Amino acid sequence: MENTLPGSVPFWLDPKKRAIMFQIAVFVMVGLLVYYLISNTIINLKKQSIATGFSFFHKESSFEIGESLISYSAASSYGRALVVGALNTLKVSFIGIIITLLLGTILGIARLSSNWLVSKLASIYIEVMQDIPILLQLFFWYAIFYETFPSPRQALSPITGLFLCNRGVAFTVPAAHPAHKYMLLALFVGSVVVYLVRRWAKKRQEKTGEIFPVFRFGIAIVIGLPLITWLAFGAPMKMDIPKLVGFNFKGGMTLSPEFIAILLGLILYTAAFVAEVVRAGIQSVSKGQREAAMSIGLRPAPILNLVILPQALRVIIPPLTSQMLNLTKNSSLAVAIGYPDFVSVANTTINQTGQSIEGVALIMALYLIFSLSTSAFMNWYNKRVALVER
Amino acid sequence: MEEAIKMTETEALKPPVTSVGVIGWAKNNLFNGWFNSILTIVTLYLLWKIIPPLFQWAFIDSVWHTTGKACRGIDGACWSIIPTNMRFIIFGFFPYEQQWRPLLAMFLLFGLLFYSRDRNHWKKPLGYAWIVGLFTMGLLMKGGLFGLIPVESTQWGGLPLTLLLSVFGLTAAYPLGVILALGRQSKMRGVKWICVLYIELIRGVPLISLLFMSAIIFPLFLPEGITINKILRAQVAIILFTASYIAEVVRGGLQGMSRGQYEAAESMGLNYYQTMRLVILPQALKIVIPPTVSILISAFKDTSLVVIIALWDLMKTTQSVLSDPEWMGFSREAYIFIAILYFLGCFSMSNYSRKLEKELSAGEQQ
Repeated sequence: MENTLPGSVPFWLDPKKRAIMFQIAVFVMVGLLVYYLISNTIINLKKQSIATGFSFFHKESSFEIGESLISYSAASSYGRALVVGALNTLKVSFIGIIITLLLGTILGIARLSSNWLVSKLASIYIEVMQDIPILLQLFFWYAIFYETFPSPRQALSPITGLFLCNRGVAFTVPAAHPAHKYMLLALFVGSVVVYLVRRWAKKRQEKTGEIFPVFRFGIAIVIGLPLITWLAFGAPMKMDIPKLVGFNFKGGMTLSPEFIAILLGLILYTAAFVAEVVRAGIQSVSKGQREAAMSIGLRPAPILNLVILPQALRVIIPPLTSQMLNLTKNSSLAVAIGYPDFVSVANTTINQTGQSIEGVALIMALYLIFSLSTSAFMNWYNKRVALVER
Repeated sequence: MEEAIKMTETEALKPPVTSVGVIGWAKNNLFNGWFNSILTIVTLYLLWKIIPPLFQWAFIDSVWHTTGKACRGIDGACWSIIPTNMRFIIFGFFPYEQQWRPLLAMFLLFGLLFYSRDRNHWKKPLGYAWIVGLFTMGLLMKGGLFGLIPVESTQWGGLPLTLLLSVFGLTAAYPLGVILALGRQSKMRGVKWICVLYIELIRGVPLISLLFMSAIIFPLFLPEGITINKILRAQVAIILFTASYIAEVVRGGLQGMSRGQYEAAESMGLNYYQTMRLVILPQALKIVIPPTVSILISAFKDTSLVVIIALWDLMKTTQSVLSDPEWMGFSREAYIFIAILYFLGCFSMSNYSRKLEKELSAGEQQ
């Protein structure tokens, strides 16, 4: 009789109380484990007399870094060296992402092409590249570079102004001129204008149904504005051609073999995955959508822009973002071929200072920032494009 | 054409030669429209430029059984690097006379994998066979029992190490991943947040940072006097990493279960443990077999990263052959060889996954 009364259930049979007890047990266990590891670490650190903390940031690094976006020398501090590494990671990821998107989209469309040859080749490429570890691909491209290409003295020059040698690729760039700064500014202004016009055009289309040729307008502005700036400065045509001085090229722009190998490896590997994402996205739009659009008299370009793409992008964007994140994470393999990315610089720092915990924590923190901001963007995007169901 | 018309007074009209057979096929698949025609011609031209020289390099001008010196003068590929150093690339520093043991272990593994391919074999005995098999493989590698000479794990290397890291990595990561996924779906806030924190933390960082951690920080975690060998530490890092990815895949499966399943189990009076073991997990894990296989594939590829913390896996043994002065400069041949090994492994797995996906989706419709 007593057992049927609500208050008299023994506390170990009450699901709510049991859940609380279980959670306390889990917390205690995890806490004990963490405590055990930390206390061991503290004892070990004391024994090896390693001082923890980030005070090594201000010490002189005394190692050289092959390539850097900001001024750096062996006399700079460890903090600056790490910033150089982070910038190098960003550089290779940024350039890699842009080219990967282009190549991956082309491959994805080629995979769906009605041309048998093209579609077969694309699918072979996708399958092969996905099945070979990225690290192996990096080693392979790096080896190709320094084994196949000659020394700078006998550099190959397939077209004038471009030199291939085992020290890297040197190519001609326009000589520095004050106009370039303003052209960059014009490009930025152009992009902002296009963005605003696009928003306005979308609103107008929703209200009146009239379509503004945003794409053509955008291309005209983005290319046109810098071009006008360039002409306004008297169209400077002077070129900076690389020349062989001593054992290496001077002038022009030189890309190191490490940079090219990591870039090539990341692009060719990730593009295969992007191609699959693009293919799945396009295939996810049902045939009926295209047929319906055709039957109301839309022409091919508006069909793609107004019907197919908005629906395909909803499917494509989330996995695409995670591929971009993968590319960024894989850029950490640069350490294996000696491109000075963040992991590589942090590794050198660990070896020199012995601050292993801080070093690994920094690596993890940097990549966590990347991935958390990416997933924040994803959440925002998903909310924005989520289907409004009636 | 005209002849065909004459003949067809009694028979059905045959389609014109241009729309059937090779010509018809080519017309429909390669030359439909001006754009595709140009594309085909350009592609064929590029293939013509690339394939014959590559073929010449790989097969006609190549040598297969020479010394490194004899390779220096030739234009083609020097495949001699592979047969000459085959045993070192595959087995690393495993004692030369004992190399039949890892070979046997690998055959055992392939045999088990091959047998497990068929879904009709997925019964309890297979599970026991795997346990016995894995134990035997460990015994063959380690030795020390039944008159086998003990071999220190520092001498393990090459392909067996790569397989060991991926197979044991996945077997240990799988249960951990399932527990994490259940924890993440749990109604208990505290448990849920611990699991979410773990999964998101690990998924947010590259594997290489965990491997660094295992190589340099992990020894600091342990009390003095206790050391764990390098391979096991790397293995732990791979397990922790793979588990978080498996957890996300399994969570997908759990979310795919309808509420009715939980309610039905509850109304039968099953408790949480019984509900999960008997009703939810068998169905949820079945749905996620294909994505689990793709995780297996990436885990297999990712084991190559241990080369960065200087374990002697397949990649490292190859690189060490390449640093031998006799074979320096033949990286292309050596890397192509191990690329083929990796490709065969991954391709057969992804093929299998596709086959399984088809079978499973056919089962759903019945």
